[in-house]
Amino acid sequence: MTLLIVLPAFNEEKVIENVLVGLKKEIKKIKKESKIKIKIVVVNDGSTDKTSKIAKRQKIYVLNHLLNRGLGGALSTGFRFAKKMNADLALTMDSDGQHDPRDIKKVIKPIITNQADVVIGSRMISKKGKIPPDRKIMITASNIITFLFFGVKTSDSQSGFRCLNKKALTLINLQTQRMEASSEIFSEIKKHKLILKEVPINVIYTEYSRKKGQSNLNSLQILLKLLLKLAR
Amino acid sequence: MISFILPIQIILSLFIFFAVSRVFLRFREGSISAHSFLFWVLLFVLATVGVFNPKLTTEVAKFLGIGRGSDVVIYFSIIFLFYLIFRTNVLIENLHHEITKIIREIAIKDHENKKKS
Repeated sequence: MTLLIVLPAFNEEKVIENVLVGLKKEIKKIKKESKIKIKIVVVNDGSTDKTSKIAKRQKIYVLNHLLNRGLGGALSTGFRFAKKMNADLALTMDSDGQHDPRDIKKVIKPIITNQADVVIGSRMISKKGKIPPDRKIMITASNIITFLFFGVKTSDSQSGFRCLNKKALTLINLQTQRMEASSEIFSEIKKHKLILKEVPINVIYTEYSRKKGQSNLNSLQILLKLLLKLAR
Repeated sequence: MISFILPIQIILSLFIFFAVSRVFLRFREGSISAHSFLFWVLLFVLATVGVFNPKLTTEVAKFLGIGRGSDVVIYFSIIFLFYLIFRTNVLIENLHHEITKIIREIAIKDHENKKKS
């Protein structure tokens, strides 16, 4: 079984090395415990800093977008690459250090045990790590939008920690380019009747990750972009 | 007859002539389709009729239950402009999507080429 970890990255030179080192440590542990082959791909989304150079030093796959295309564009590139290398699972994580690599096992488990096609690592059902109140409001608003648009109930529609099996990888086709892609995944899950499961994950909110993450106005932008997508 | 032409009618008809000439040029160079060409020409023909025969717009206004002919033109123009902005937005989104596809292909091809060499 092959797992490809997809890290969309845009100007992450300050943290990408630590994130990759931490990830590789955890991968070593997982490999010892199971027979899963794990590879990492960084989708450098048109960074203007040394993100690509630093990532390449870690001897992993690096795909370079010539221009910044946004989260949705970078995720789709990662998924496309996963299909190309015939990966059985694709796991996405943020590259700003917000996600704890120790949660990988938790997120892939429901798929390995055939309980789900897509697993979302949810910050909202986690007991560990505190989500700042403003961020909680933003996530809740985005969840409501996701429910209204796609009829899918989720506790964390904006989570970047998710895992897809081969079936989901083949069927999910994202049209949106930016942050709204996180919500669009749910539309694809519903459309293709994929089994969704949520597992609690730990969140590490730092000043850096807060700056890099979604702004609180994002739920409004997501709403506008999704309206456009529906009318296309 | 000419003495009845108002200055505003001259200004508007000159603008319409300019707009139609642009539509024709874009069609000739292949930037717009035959459908778009017909649509714009028809729209400007209607505008010309409205400019030189304002009574006709008043008739339409009466039929629709709106007070004045100029109000009908304004109402329809606003609706049309909203629709146009919306269509342009959708078009821009589609273009973004196409650009992303190209960028993706280049990223993956680049990676494959590096692997080969």
